[in-house]
Amino acid sequence: MDKFRMMAQILQSNQESFMNGICGVMALASAQLYTSFEFNCPCIPEYNYSYGISMLVIPPIWFFLLGFVLNNNISILAEEWKRPVGQRRKDPAVIRYMCVSISQRSLIAPAVWISVTLMDGKSFLCAYSMDLDMLEFGKNVSGHGLSQEELLRTLAKIPCKHIYDGQHILSREAATRYICCISQAFGWLFLLIITIAAFLIRAIRPCFTQATFLKTKYWSHYVDTERKMFDETCTEHAKSFAKICIKQYFEGVSGEIQSLHDHSRGDDSDDEDNKPATEEDTLMGVRRQDTMNKVLWDWHTCKPPLSLRKYGDASTEQNGDCSMNANKNQDKNIGDKTELNEGQNGFKCSYVNPGLDIGQSNLDKGYENASFSTEQNGFTNRHSNASTGLNGFMNGGVSSPCNIQRKAWAVYYSKV
Amino acid sequence: MDRLKLVLQYFQSNSESISNGICIILSLISVKLYTSFDFNCPCLPQYNKMYALGVMFVPPIILFLLGVLVSRHTGVLMEEWVRPLGNRTKNPAVVKFLLSSMLQRALLAPMVWILMTLLDGKCLICAFSMNVDPKYFTGIPNSTGLELIKIMAKVPCKEDVIFKNSSFRKAVSRYVRCYSQAIGWSILLFFIFLGTVGRVLKPCFNHATFLQTRYWSNYLDIEQKLFDETCVLHARDFARKCVVQFFESMREDVTVRMPLSNALRPSTIQNEYEEEEEERLHGITRQDQVDHLLQTWYECKPELDVTNMAYKPKGCITWEDHNGKVLFSEV
Repeated sequence: MDKFRMMAQILQSNQESFMNGICGVMALASAQLYTSFEFNCPCIPEYNYSYGISMLVIPPIWFFLLGFVLNNNISILAEEWKRPVGQRRKDPAVIRYMCVSISQRSLIAPAVWISVTLMDGKSFLCAYSMDLDMLEFGKNVSGHGLSQEELLRTLAKIPCKHIYDGQHILSREAATRYICCISQAFGWLFLLIITIAAFLIRAIRPCFTQATFLKTKYWSHYVDTERKMFDETCTEHAKSFAKICIKQYFEGVSGEIQSLHDHSRGDDSDDEDNKPATEEDTLMGVRRQDTMNKVLWDWHTCKPPLSLRKYGDASTEQNGDCSMNANKNQDKNIGDKTELNEGQNGFKCSYVNPGLDIGQSNLDKGYENASFSTEQNGFTNRHSNASTGLNGFMNGGVSSPCNIQRKAWAVYYSKV
Repeated sequence: MDRLKLVLQYFQSNSESISNGICIILSLISVKLYTSFDFNCPCLPQYNKMYALGVMFVPPIILFLLGVLVSRHTGVLMEEWVRPLGNRTKNPAVVKFLLSSMLQRALLAPMVWILMTLLDGKCLICAFSMNVDPKYFTGIPNSTGLELIKIMAKVPCKEDVIFKNSSFRKAVSRYVRCYSQAIGWSILLFFIFLGTVGRVLKPCFNHATFLQTRYWSNYLDIEQKLFDETCVLHARDFARKCVVQFFESMREDVTVRMPLSNALRPSTIQNEYEEEEEERLHGITRQDQVDHLLQTWYECKPELDVTNMAYKPKGCITWEDHNGKVLFSEV
C-alpha cells in the first residue's frame, strides 16, 4: 500500500514523470488489449490479407494518436506555437523539443503492440497462409486434383482450426509452425532495430549541442510548470472571488455591514508574518469581471517577459511590443463586461499624461519618494519606485498599452 | 481500502478531476455490464434484427442519460441558462463551454458500449447473418427442409441441432464478425483522429477567449458550491440562535442582589464564539430576510464586482460617559 502511494507520489512529482507513467500504462493497456481482443481471421481468400495486415498496422496508429490526445503537452505545444509574441520571445527550439518528446513517448505503445502481434504470429498466419509454397513441405503440387482456385480457398482456411478441410493435402500444424516461425523472426528483428535506434539516439545525442539541449529542456519544463501554476492561481482566485461576492451579497440584502468584527480581529493579531493569506491577498487586486477578463486575455495575447522584478523596481526590459491593434481587438471581443473598455482607455490617457508631465519636471530634483497605489490592475506591485517607473514611461514615450497596464495607475503621489 | 481512498483523494483535488473520475467509472460500469450481460439471440427471422440492434443502442442511450444526470455541470448549466438577467450579464460562451464539456464526458460510456459490441461481433452476427449469401460457403445443411432464411437466422445459435459437425456456421460467423470488427476499428480511428485534430488545433482559434470562458465556468461552479455551503452554515447558526432565543424568552426575569463576583462574569470565550456566530449570520436574522435572499439569488444575481469589500467603512467606536465627555475613541 505504501509502495503504491510512494510510486503515485513520484510519478506526480513532475510532469515528465507523470507522462512516463501514462506511457507505461498505455503500453500495458496495449498488451492487455491484444490478449483480450478476439483475433478473427475471416479465412476467405479475398479478405485474409487485408485483415491480417490491418490488425498489424491500424491499432498502432490508434495508440500513437491516443498518446497525442492524452498528453497534456500537446496543447501547451500548440498554445506556445500559436500565441502572439507579446512581451516574450518565442523559441522554436523549445517547440521542437516538446514535439520530439511527445512523439517519442507516443511511439512506445504502438511498438509494444507490433512486437506482441509479431511474436504471437496470428496476424502473419492470416495474411500469408495463401502464399505458402507447397514444395517446402515436400508435397506434390498437382497430386490432389484440386484447381488453383480451390487450392487457394483451402489454404485460406489454414488459420481457422475448425473450418480447415485440407488435412490430407497439407498438415495444418506444419504450415502454422512454419509461418509462426517466420513471424517470430520478424518480431525479434523489429525489437532489435528499435532498441538499437533508441540506444544510438540516447548515447550519441550528448555529442551534439548539449548546452543548447539543456537550455531547451529547462524552458520547456518552465512553460509547463508556468501553465499549471497559472491554472492553480486562477482557481484560488475564483474561490476567493466567489466567497467575497457571496458575503457581499448577504450583507447587501441585510443592509448591515459586518465591519466591526474585522476591525477588532485586526487588533488581536500581532505577528504579521504568520498570518495566513486572507481572501483579499489571494485576489491580488483583481476585483472585477472585466479586470479578470483582461488578465486572462493578456495571458495569451501578450505574455509577460521572462524577467522577475525586484520589489520596488519596475521592469524596463521588453522583448516585444503589444500593438494598439491587439488592444483594440480585445476591446471588441470581450463581450461579457458590464462596462465598456473605452472607459478604461479614456481613464488611462487622462492619467498617463499628468503622470508624465509631473515626472519629467520632478526627475531633475532627484525625486524619489512618490508612492503609487494600485487601482484595479493585474499583477502589479503595490508600491513602485517612481524614478524607474517614470523612466519606463520616458523610454518608451507612450509605450505599449501592455506596459502601461503593468505600471501602477497614479491615484495620488506625494513629494519628498 | 487505502488504495481506494488514495484514488478518491486524487480525484477530488479539483472539480474537473471529479468529472473525469465519474466519466471513467461510468465507462468501467459499461464494460462490466457488457461482459456480464447474457446475449441471447432469438434465432428467428422476424426478431433477430430487432433484438440485436436493441441491445446495441438502448443501453448506450441509458448510459448517456445517466452521464448527463450525474454530471455537476448540468445543474450549473441549466441555472445559468434560464436565470433572469439581474445585475449580472449573461455570457453565452460560458453556457456553450459547459454544454460541450458535459456532452463530451457523457458520451464516453455509450461509445465504449457500442465499440465493445462491434469488436465482439455477437450483435452484428445476430442482426445480419440473414443477409449473408450462403453460396460462398460450403457445407450448408440443406437436408432439413427448412427455408434458407430460417437456416441463416439460426447461425448465431451454436447449440442448434442442424449445425452439428458443420463448419458452415463457423465460416459465416467469422465472415460477419470480420466486418463488425472492421467497422469498430474504423469508428475508433475516426474518433481518435477527431480528438487529435481538436486538441492540436484548439489553441489556434480564440485561445484568449477560451481562457476567459474556462475561468468563468469554473467560477460559476465554485460559486454555486460556496453558496450552498454558506446557506447551510447560516441555517445552522440561525437555528441555534433561534433555539437559544426561545429558551431565553421562556426564562423568567430574576433579580439577584449580591455583589458581582468573578465567577458570575460572562466568560470571554463565550463572547468570542457569539461574535463568530453573528458574523456567519451576515446580518440575516429573520425568515422573510432569508426568503428574500434566496429569491433574489435566482432572480437578480449580483454583479461580479467585489471592490466594495475593499473600501468598507470601518466602524469606529467612541466611548462617552454620561456627560458626553469622550473617554476613548477609535477615530
